[in-house]
Amino acid sequence: MGDIILTMKDIDKSFPGVHALDHVNFEVRKGEVHALMGENGAGKSTLMKVLTGIYTKDSGSIVYEGKEVEFHTTREAQDAGVVIVHQELNMLGHLTVAQNIFIGREFKKGIGIDDKKMNEEAAKLFEKLHIDIDPAETMSNLTVGKQQMCEIAKAISHEAKVIIFDEPSAALTEAEIEELFKIIRDLRKQQIGIVYISHRMDEIKVITDRVTVMRDGTYVGTLITKDCTKDDIINMMVGRVIYEDPKTQSSVPKNAPVVLKVENLNAGRMVQDVSFELHKGEILGFSGLMGAGRTETARAIFGADPKTSGNIYINGQKVEINSPQDAVKCGIGYLSEDRKRFGIVVQKSVAENSTMAALENFVSGLFINKKSENKIAQEYVESLATKTPSVDQLVVNLSGGNQQKVVIAKWLIRNCDILIFDEPTRGIDVGAKNEIYKLMNRLAEEGKSIIMISSEMTEILRMSDRIVVMCEGKKTGEIGIEEASQETIMNMATREI
Amino acid sequence: MSKSGVNTPEEKKGSVFSRQGSQKLIVLLVVIFLFIFFSIFSANFRKYTTVLSIIDYSYYIALMAIGVTFPLITGGVDLSIGTGLICYSLAGGYLIIHCGWPTWAGMLVSILFGVLIGTLNGVLVSVMSLPPFLATLCTCMITRGLGSICSKNFGISWPTSGAEGSWFRNIFKITIGDTKYPLGLLWVMLLVLLMAFVLNHTKIGRYTIAIGSNKEATILSGINVRFYHIMAYVISGFFAGLAAIAYSAVFSTVQPGTGAGFELEAIGGAIIGGVSASGGAGSVGGSLLGVFVICLLKTGLPYIGLQANWQQIITGMVLIGAVMVDILKKKRAQTA
Repeated sequence: MGDIILTMKDIDKSFPGVHALDHVNFEVRKGEVHALMGENGAGKSTLMKVLTGIYTKDSGSIVYEGKEVEFHTTREAQDAGVVIVHQELNMLGHLTVAQNIFIGREFKKGIGIDDKKMNEEAAKLFEKLHIDIDPAETMSNLTVGKQQMCEIAKAISHEAKVIIFDEPSAALTEAEIEELFKIIRDLRKQQIGIVYISHRMDEIKVITDRVTVMRDGTYVGTLITKDCTKDDIINMMVGRVIYEDPKTQSSVPKNAPVVLKVENLNAGRMVQDVSFELHKGEILGFSGLMGAGRTETARAIFGADPKTSGNIYINGQKVEINSPQDAVKCGIGYLSEDRKRFGIVVQKSVAENSTMAALENFVSGLFINKKSENKIAQEYVESLATKTPSVDQLVVNLSGGNQQKVVIAKWLIRNCDILIFDEPTRGIDVGAKNEIYKLMNRLAEEGKSIIMISSEMTEILRMSDRIVVMCEGKKTGEIGIEEASQETIMNMATREI
Repeated sequence: MSKSGVNTPEEKKGSVFSRQGSQKLIVLLVVIFLFIFFSIFSANFRKYTTVLSIIDYSYYIALMAIGVTFPLITGGVDLSIGTGLICYSLAGGYLIIHCGWPTWAGMLVSILFGVLIGTLNGVLVSVMSLPPFLATLCTCMITRGLGSICSKNFGISWPTSGAEGSWFRNIFKITIGDTKYPLGLLWVMLLVLLMAFVLNHTKIGRYTIAIGSNKEATILSGINVRFYHIMAYVISGFFAGLAAIAYSAVFSTVQPGTGAGFELEAIGGAIIGGVSASGGAGSVGGSLLGVFVICLLKTGLPYIGLQANWQQIITGMVLIGAVMVDILKKKRAQTA
């Protein structure tokens, strides 16, 4: 670690109704990877947006390379050498890789743009980073991982001295994360200061030198990574020890009946010949890398995507599911990984969302019976401990964890006995995660059967009674929780068939 | 861990380019097919004068389509160009006929009027954040009213052939010996080449595509999105101004209160020509070809005995087909 290159002191920022940053301190040294951690809404991204000129601070000071600075636009920050690799990919899909990298500072040739030179410069840049991407390729043709690499290349091409990675690994495969870490280590060697925002504890331990933790918009503290444990960090993040204990053995009785049986399911390239059984009261984990075909399998079962062949049995009865409507009739509920797009209607109230799948039960004559709708919604708000001021609250105003509970309520009110949770805790902060875990365990105890798709190994090992592993559209393994470990699962998830 | 590299699907090289190219080729084939089809079934259609009138008829739609391609690629739309065209033409024509202005000055007024309304559209969309559909629907109504006011509710004829100041008609159709030549086609082609260059090789074009791809990301790249977003509408307005001149040159009288619906032919042409209905993708050349499809249908169908109502139904169905192609392309891109 070198000298301090950036100091943020007493940074204060308020939005209407929210004190987003309360006198936060943060510093970065040359050649260090500094993790910035905290639950969702702790203020990490806000702090970085203040730094890079997206937001203006109310008070406090930023000292960069020995001088007090205030950037007013991302452009000013970029020009000074402070760049951010955003959480959501900031890619212009219709333009080429090189056009993306040099957007806003194109090389000119006469009145036109010199695309040839841009391609050459981009190629040089990739060579330096040991990345194999064709600069003339259209961005939308690249995999998410490669797009991320381009974003990083773009950041570096600004002759950055401080690079902020905002949850860079969220969409990457294990192999791509390895690649990313290699690049980060290279950058560290070049004395670049790196801020690394992530929720993934394992990564923090591997790649970072120091950890700064934030909570509710305040600065909690800074630790040297190698001197602290995971629990230390989590304690600082939530102020209390959390998490359900991991399962060591299946809680499902041996003779529990099979409620769902899937036989030789085929649907496109991503679902090939998948068969499995789900028992009553079981949590069946679906593990695998990004793009293994787990979500596609779930969507095919749910009737959201067409299947080419295969049989589905519910309680021993063969059923035809050709649309989500059929699936819901069979008592299957699907909680999408992308809540905002498929799970909830954010501009509607908690009550309206809760009854959405079972609305016919709340209709008298032509009209929706608002009273009984509110009553049942209230019941589930209480039983699931959803934090909302009232059932009339718009869902958009709830936190991620509470939105997830509303979706769960929606399927429970529909009397679904088979629930498919697709990445149930994605984008949900640590404290609320545990509540979702508790809730899933309770549902299983009450006799609901759950398929849980998760990319987080710890989540799979903590929650599942049994684990199905997929790789490239095929089921590559099935293992009881008793024998499962990170290594055995990873081995199956990457097996070449 | 190293084995998990198998998870990365191979990228398909250059597939988007070839796909865009192939769409243009398909539309070109459709144009040729339609022409041959109508020629076979109607002897009158084969005549030089018919071809000439189809080309005459296509100028103003083609010019509007070139311009409207830009707002469409930003993910927006410009509905004001149809009534705008009539309004600009009436304003310019009034000054020439009733105020004794020289023709060139009237033409300039038409173009500047178009640029002005285009700027207004741009400001409404980019600065005031009105949805493009709504903003340009408002200016569509405004220009319709303004046009009637400009001409005091009377139709206006720009200087007719042979009259003083009628030289502008020769820009589009020139008579050498006994034959008339569609000179305007040359200008339209040159403008297509020019605007294709602007779209693909200048900042204005690059940022037009960028805004349509991902506006938020374009802002975060430190680009003055506000300015470039306005520019897309200014271009559209400018070309509506040019279209006004073409319209005045091809048709003898310009009637106030007309023009509604012209924009749909231009937008339809652009979409048939491969402009993505959700922004980001499109080409100026494709838009021109799309306009030819629309014009061929419009002029050709009566020759095989189908009335105006049928033309509109068939044109609408062709549009649905074009949008379906766009949607299918996107779906394939997502699953690929």
